[in-house]
Amino acid sequence: MTQPLRLELRTAPHVAKGNSVERIMFHVVLALLPICAFAVWQYGLSALALIITVTATCLLTERLFNRLSGTASTLSDWSATITGLLLALTLPPSFPLWMGVVAGFAAIALGKALFGGIGYNVFNPALVGRAFVQAAFPVAITTWVPAYFPSRFSEFIPTTLTMPLMTPPDIGAWVKGHMVDGFTGATPLARWKFENQVAEFGDMLSGVAAASVGETSALIVLVCGLYLAVRRFLDWRIPVAILGSAVLVALLFHLLEPGRYPPPYFVLLSGGLVLGAVFMATDMATSPVTPLGVWIYGILIGVTTVMIRYFGGLTEGIMYAILLGNALTPLIDQVTQPRVFGAGKGKKA
Amino acid sequence: MLRFPFPVSRFPIFTRKTFSRGVHPDENKSTAGSPIRRMPFASRMILPLAQHIGKPAVPLVRAGEEVVRGQPIARANGFLSVPIHAPADGVVESIELKPSARGPWVESIVIRVYEASTQEIRWADPRDLDALSPKELLQAIQDTGMVGLGGAAFPSHAKMTVPGEFAIHTLIVNGCECEPYLTCDHKLMREHPDDLMTGIRIAMLAIGARRAIIGVEDNKPDAAAAMRARLPADGAISVEVVPTKYPQGAEKMLIKALLGLEVPPGKLPMHVGVVVNNVGTLTQLGQILPAGQGLTERVVTVTGPGINKPGDYWVPIGTPMRTVLDWAGARDVSEREIILGGPMMGQAVASLEVPVTKAVSGILVFDRNHIEAPTQRKAYPCIKCGECVNSCPMGLNPSMLGMLAARREYDLMGSDYHIGECFECGCCTYVCPAHIPLVQQFKVAKAILRERAAAKAPAHESGERFDFGAPPTHGRKPSVHPE
Repeated sequence: MTQPLRLELRTAPHVAKGNSVERIMFHVVLALLPICAFAVWQYGLSALALIITVTATCLLTERLFNRLSGTASTLSDWSATITGLLLALTLPPSFPLWMGVVAGFAAIALGKALFGGIGYNVFNPALVGRAFVQAAFPVAITTWVPAYFPSRFSEFIPTTLTMPLMTPPDIGAWVKGHMVDGFTGATPLARWKFENQVAEFGDMLSGVAAASVGETSALIVLVCGLYLAVRRFLDWRIPVAILGSAVLVALLFHLLEPGRYPPPYFVLLSGGLVLGAVFMATDMATSPVTPLGVWIYGILIGVTTVMIRYFGGLTEGIMYAILLGNALTPLIDQVTQPRVFGAGKGKKA
Repeated sequence: MLRFPFPVSRFPIFTRKTFSRGVHPDENKSTAGSPIRRMPFASRMILPLAQHIGKPAVPLVRAGEEVVRGQPIARANGFLSVPIHAPADGVVESIELKPSARGPWVESIVIRVYEASTQEIRWADPRDLDALSPKELLQAIQDTGMVGLGGAAFPSHAKMTVPGEFAIHTLIVNGCECEPYLTCDHKLMREHPDDLMTGIRIAMLAIGARRAIIGVEDNKPDAAAAMRARLPADGAISVEVVPTKYPQGAEKMLIKALLGLEVPPGKLPMHVGVVVNNVGTLTQLGQILPAGQGLTERVVTVTGPGINKPGDYWVPIGTPMRTVLDWAGARDVSEREIILGGPMMGQAVASLEVPVTKAVSGILVFDRNHIEAPTQRKAYPCIKCGECVNSCPMGLNPSMLGMLAARREYDLMGSDYHIGECFECGCCTYVCPAHIPLVQQFKVAKAILRERAAAKAPAHESGERFDFGAPPTHGRKPSVHPE
């Protein structure tokens, strides 16, 4: 032994499970890619451009705030990528790209960086971005185009390339020219709310209805979510609680007044419920950590979503339901501390 | 018990013979197959006077004095203390400060071993077990110098002394060995079941229990079979197999797994009528107490990626780390991590002069390329994934506790979030994807809270609860140490 011996001194435990924040986030990105791919297949160039623009904006904004706060780059933890992809999936495919930039900037700047970055944010950043542009651009965010229009891989939807700070052109005529059979220009939720029409089960599962980029096929979202849950990168209890409670409440209303309230499958498959339940409400930083808290949080979101849809002014409720759940998370955690081993059951330890 | 046609032990929900939460680290028990081998004497043995929880022993020898193997060289200093016996024939070289596993230099007896020292124990006082009263039996246990060999090093006679207000119905014998890598208890159960039965009889007599249950994890079926073959006919002792899970070897977890009883916060197993002893402790007690010998050696698992000849060895107590590593073939690398105990709760050592003491159950060597400690990775802010909450066997909220620790809200951690119940098993740090040193922060918090409590309480009271005269780092409660 010629070399001096160096002994590492570390405190126990000396082994680790080998999980990491980057690994969890990377797998979430992987699980989002099939959904993005399906959206591009449905809506073509415009969806692709929107996804890329929004994600790039999120990454650049994250980097900008790294610079401003003088910290090392946090892009490698993949969390900004997730925010970008998720945000793009909640926007309509015809959404102008410059508005996408605004949404991406708002998501990271207001939703994440101001709170201190990953782990410190109170609200899901993607939903903060979405809520921001919903308030700012109410028309653009409710302008829908048909899926599978034939020229989707050769031309952009006219609104996509709107000049920055300009109002997008009206695309009523363009939509007529690219009409796909059965397209009405309104989402199934809006059609139910204002016209009392309930969409077909099969259509809703496969995604021909008007919807945001990633909201059309519940099936793909569920499969991707299942992958994450099986690999334990996602807490399965949250989507189960949200979807289960939403279906139960919907069933209750449907049984009470079948003519007025739609069947549960419609509530489950319409709008962003599945996407929100699987990918947004499960954001770790903004959901509770205690086992009981997770169930309360999920049920709260599920019930609130249905209530907003049935009794609120909006057609869709999942976004505000999740934001409400996020806001209540610290309180839920506080009142649902786990029972300490050996402490009397039911009594406060 | 009901027999199911499929291995129900794989599904704890059916058998319920386990505890809630916990983790499943890679077992890495590659040394389990081979028999225990004997390690020769080192040329120089170092015996710290404080190898146990409690008051350090008082030397009975002086520099220059000759000792024989098995001779008491230090006596117990009061009730919570045990004697120390010479591990080999030789001469006392000095009594001086030597490095200890935890860092500080401690008073130690150094023996230069004669080259021709025999393995025979030449200082013994055989006893007739049947002729001893319970009090004499406890005295005999103390005279062996026996302590909890699972790692806690709590004096065995003190653990078996049951105050009048408790009635003990069951002795639980802890053969879980839930720490990864370690196999010393496994082999003692397999190779010395008769000694174990003798040790169990002694412990049952001492504590007044009428039955004993040996709890063993289902990754050691050969050990369970070996013990079942040696069970006494009267049915007082039984073997129960529990699903493998860390930290099942913690006393409170094992009591929950075997009996379904939960020891209340801040209480000892005696409060639910149970005393828990480690299999290694009872096996060696069964060997040495009837023979009237002292504890001079123990089984140590020497393993890890940095060891060429991993295995379990009978190591004389006092053998310096350097001798053990040379004998077991430590790889010749300049950078490594050496851990005393298991990888989940073990202590990294800073010097190769540190000796094997009564508390050392394993020596793990990770060479440079295999150091996997989570603390060497970049720490993220807590992302509140809840993995720690789902792994904490004590039902704590490590996520919340970690955030409070970062803000130094130690009093709040103690009053509202039960940090005192944490027994530092390390599950939270093991699972944390953000690599936050949770259990490390908790150790600091507990130490600070102990100091604050000691500063507040009058001097005569502060000593009672935690401080058995040991250095503050030893003040963790011995009752729940995983073995």
